[in-house]
Amino acid sequence: MRDVLRMASRNLSRYRRRTLLTLLLIVIGTVSVVLFVAVTGSFKAMMVGQITDSVLGHLEVHRKGYVASIDNLPLNLNLRPNVVAKVEEALQGTDAVETYSPRVKLGAMFSNFTETTSIRVNGVDPAREAATVPLLPGRMLEGSKEGPLVNKGEILIPVLLARGMRTKVGDTVVLVATNRDGSVNGKTFVVRGILESISGPGGRDGYVHIDDARNLLRMQEPEVSEIAIRLRSPARLDQVSARLKDALEPVITKEGKPMLEVHTWADLSPFANLARMIDLMTLFIKVLLVSIVLVSVMNVMIMAVYERIREIGTLAAMGTLPGRILSLFLTEGLLLGIIGTAVSTVIAIATIYALNVRPITFSFGMQQNLLLTPAIAASEVAAIAGMVIAVAVVASLQPAWKASRLDPIGALRHV
Amino acid sequence: MSLVRAERLTKTYRSGGLEVQALLDAGFAIEPASFVAFVGPSGSGKTTLLNLVGCLDHPTSGRLEVLDTDVSKLDRRAAARFRGEHIGFVFQDFNLIPVLTAYENVEYPLIMVQRWPARKRRERVLRLLDAVGMADQSSKRPDQLSGGQKQRVAVARALVSDARLVLADEPTANLDHQTAHLVIDLMRRMRDEFGTTFVFSTHDPKIMGAAEVTFLLEDGRIVSRQETREVAHA
Repeated sequence: MRDVLRMASRNLSRYRRRTLLTLLLIVIGTVSVVLFVAVTGSFKAMMVGQITDSVLGHLEVHRKGYVASIDNLPLNLNLRPNVVAKVEEALQGTDAVETYSPRVKLGAMFSNFTETTSIRVNGVDPAREAATVPLLPGRMLEGSKEGPLVNKGEILIPVLLARGMRTKVGDTVVLVATNRDGSVNGKTFVVRGILESISGPGGRDGYVHIDDARNLLRMQEPEVSEIAIRLRSPARLDQVSARLKDALEPVITKEGKPMLEVHTWADLSPFANLARMIDLMTLFIKVLLVSIVLVSVMNVMIMAVYERIREIGTLAAMGTLPGRILSLFLTEGLLLGIIGTAVSTVIAIATIYALNVRPITFSFGMQQNLLLTPAIAASEVAAIAGMVIAVAVVASLQPAWKASRLDPIGALRHV
Repeated sequence: MSLVRAERLTKTYRSGGLEVQALLDAGFAIEPASFVAFVGPSGSGKTTLLNLVGCLDHPTSGRLEVLDTDVSKLDRRAAARFRGEHIGFVFQDFNLIPVLTAYENVEYPLIMVQRWPARKRRERVLRLLDAVGMADQSSKRPDQLSGGQKQRVAVARALVSDARLVLADEPTANLDHQTAHLVIDLMRRMRDEFGTTFVFSTHDPKIMGAAEVTFLLEDGRIVSRQETREVAHA
């Protein structure tokens, strides 16, 4: 085998032009695949990051049935303090959980004393919310980002509402809400900041201090609508979600049914479908580019066999066994794949590095100046490399088989 | 004991729906270390006969033994193995691999067919290149060599793996008269030095006389056998 490897590498080095052409095709295809995966992966990660790090968190725990009627923000499905304590106990016992933030969610009437509209409000603990969704303070378009996210008596309102209601930072507004018993309560707030809206659930919500939310709703005890959770490693989302579900399973209602449900961000955000489409598109592009590599290598190898028919005839006449001829051409394909992949990987990684050193800015929806910082996992690069090498060998199979089956007399007569 | 023995050897091709009788009832024997020529005009069956003896083709009927092996019954793989062990080839168009040097061309069968270890391989290749007078041209590629030099390299390649029989189909057809004689002389010298049997085909009357045994072919039949010199044995 070592001899065949030596002969194959020598053939590749001597048939230089053909080798370079094939390598060029492999490199173009592979670099395109790696860069595409890195860029789309980064785009997806960034969009997912925007959603998880500025609104939803990675996981959320609700009372069973809450998410099904989340549009109504049902106060009767809030979590009681004893249940919250059990959830917190489970979260504190899970290493993968970095932090979490309890929220009180409510629907309210928003008034600037001349006009009124509806608003969805999150009552949050400022420090814990900022730790759980660290991009939230960055969404503040107007108002001070210094200090706590929101103090008692202050409100953060979404930009669309601020524009529609001609409300500015420092203005006083009133929130009027109906509590669980149907009684109405109102409370004044000073606008602390105006938040950039983002697409998806919660992207156009206002924020107040959790104590203010509870006061507004005249809660007798510190209830919670949901608990948003931030994980140390988002890659472990499904694993942690499953563990948390198991841990919370013993929390049951009086009827003996599970009281809580755990949702991942993907369960809650329609962007998950977009993310799946990106994955599908990535797969499609991968298949397309790998097919190009396949056809290119096959084309060049077929031409190589055609051009070398007399050489193959001579080899066969000298007594070279068909299997040896087959392995010679397959090895040439394998080497082309390995060299092409190695060169491609270096170029692709260098390009990714360069794009990280000098990131490209772009806009997505209302979000301006987003930085594109492509990244790709080593396992993904290895998978692409393995696929391209396998494709190069497969592409060589037919020409190699043909070469090994050539009739020596016919091959020697070939002009 | 003959090195090659053929009895009633017949080869029929089908070409465009027609049966072509390339060889008919050919019978001959070739002794070890002899210098044999099959001569005749184009289409007389010389190449077909060499292809059969070289196990590149199967006879339609008849018996053909090479080195006491009935080669007409060998399958593709066994025939390849037999060629690799016992037979060397010299081609009219030299058939040197264009991207390899003279040294590498001679070395090729030892790597791809016989799998000799590197050191032994090197000694053998250098010895053969020296024997054919090409030692000083070993690093040149075929396009840097003259026709005669290419054929010398081809002879070295045919002999490198200790072949008992070298078949040369029109080895001088692409050479000028003087070079042709030099190549034939080289082949005979190699026969003397290595004891290898050389069988070549030619339609050049000036070359025919160089063989010790000459078979004349006409229309696929061997019509005469002529011994011009005594067969030398190694």
